[in-house]
Amino acid sequence: MSNEQSTQLAKIILAHQDSILDKWLSGLFARLKRRDKSAEMELQQQARQFIGLLAEVLQRGADTDTENPAWNGVRQLLAEISQLRARKGFSPIETALFVFSLKEPIFDLLRQEPERSPHQITSEIAAASALFDRLGLYTIEVHQQTREQVILRQQQELLELSTPVVQLWQNILALPLIGTLDSSRTQVVMESLLEKIVSTGASIAIIDITGVPTVDTLVAQHLLKTIAAARLMGADCIISGIRPQIAQTIVHLGVNLEDVITKATLADAFVVALQRTGTTIHSQHKER
Amino acid sequence: MERIPILRMGQLLLVTIQVDMHDKLAMTLQDDLTARIVKDRAKGVLIDISALDIVDSFIGRMISNTAAMAKILDAKTVVVGMQPAVAITLVELGLTLEGVETALNVELGMRLLDRGDSWI
Repeated sequence: MSNEQSTQLAKIILAHQDSILDKWLSGLFARLKRRDKSAEMELQQQARQFIGLLAEVLQRGADTDTENPAWNGVRQLLAEISQLRARKGFSPIETALFVFSLKEPIFDLLRQEPERSPHQITSEIAAASALFDRLGLYTIEVHQQTREQVILRQQQELLELSTPVVQLWQNILALPLIGTLDSSRTQVVMESLLEKIVSTGASIAIIDITGVPTVDTLVAQHLLKTIAAARLMGADCIISGIRPQIAQTIVHLGVNLEDVITKATLADAFVVALQRTGTTIHSQHKER
Repeated sequence: MERIPILRMGQLLLVTIQVDMHDKLAMTLQDDLTARIVKDRAKGVLIDISALDIVDSFIGRMISNTAAMAKILDAKTVVVGMQPAVAITLVELGLTLEGVETALNVELGMRLLDRGDSWI
């Protein structure tokens, strides 16, 4: 877009700001999923702010390279709007339409401009279209980034949440695993188990896999690694909470769990662990 | 020449690795330990590696081999005090010290040797 086209566009926007805003907003409102006063107010404010900034930048004769520092203000505003929408659960299309729907009212005005040859009008529309495309794509990018940040944060939170090591008894630890085991999680699980073994001096660890939805060769390998590492430190492991389907899968896959003590439930594993540490539990009722 | 001391306690030999292991030192230890097991007719060997923070594949194999050699010479071998990071490294290297007993600290290792049979 040449400087002349920029200023021309700015002139049109400034001259017809209210009518553009009206048309643009009615288009935006029509696409709102849930129309209420607060959403409309917010949208109106965002639109007014955006169109004001846009006209200001264009008036200064900035080129259409939106990476240019001249566009920083506009980009920042769009980023804010986009982030807000991403957090509220808008889709990328809904977010981008904020900018794209501005094309229609502006093109209408460009077309009605007197004293202009069709050739000029076409090139102006093309230039304006390229500008709005870039701005629209920018909102999509920010939207995407915001969503990715959310996903990343959730992943980290999951990783932190997922590996508690519990002391069941003196010298007995339990590690209830919940969710799928992948390499990074196994690493965290392994480290926290070994640290806990050192700090408590435990000699037996029960790894409960009731919450692990599927066990494939990789998961089994990760489990065996954890058990081997614990053994090197001088602690033995018992695997408990093996569901019938998982027992079948393990055997079908040919995973060798023969060197590992396995129990069906955590309670069974706990009894074995107590025996190993030389502790017994009696029921008071039986003794009476 | 730098050597790792081997202490005798009755029929047991006590090896405490307090310095950074390098390859030469590891080889010397293997020679010394096997010689001492035969000379002292040791029935048990306790190798304390609690001060060892870093292992490479050679040192890992050395620990594993030394323990295996002691075992062949009919001395029950216990490796004690392995750090979590070392344990993870050894597992990643595929060295799981098969046939070697392990214990969390010297006290538990001694108990294991005193009992004369496998704790498990």
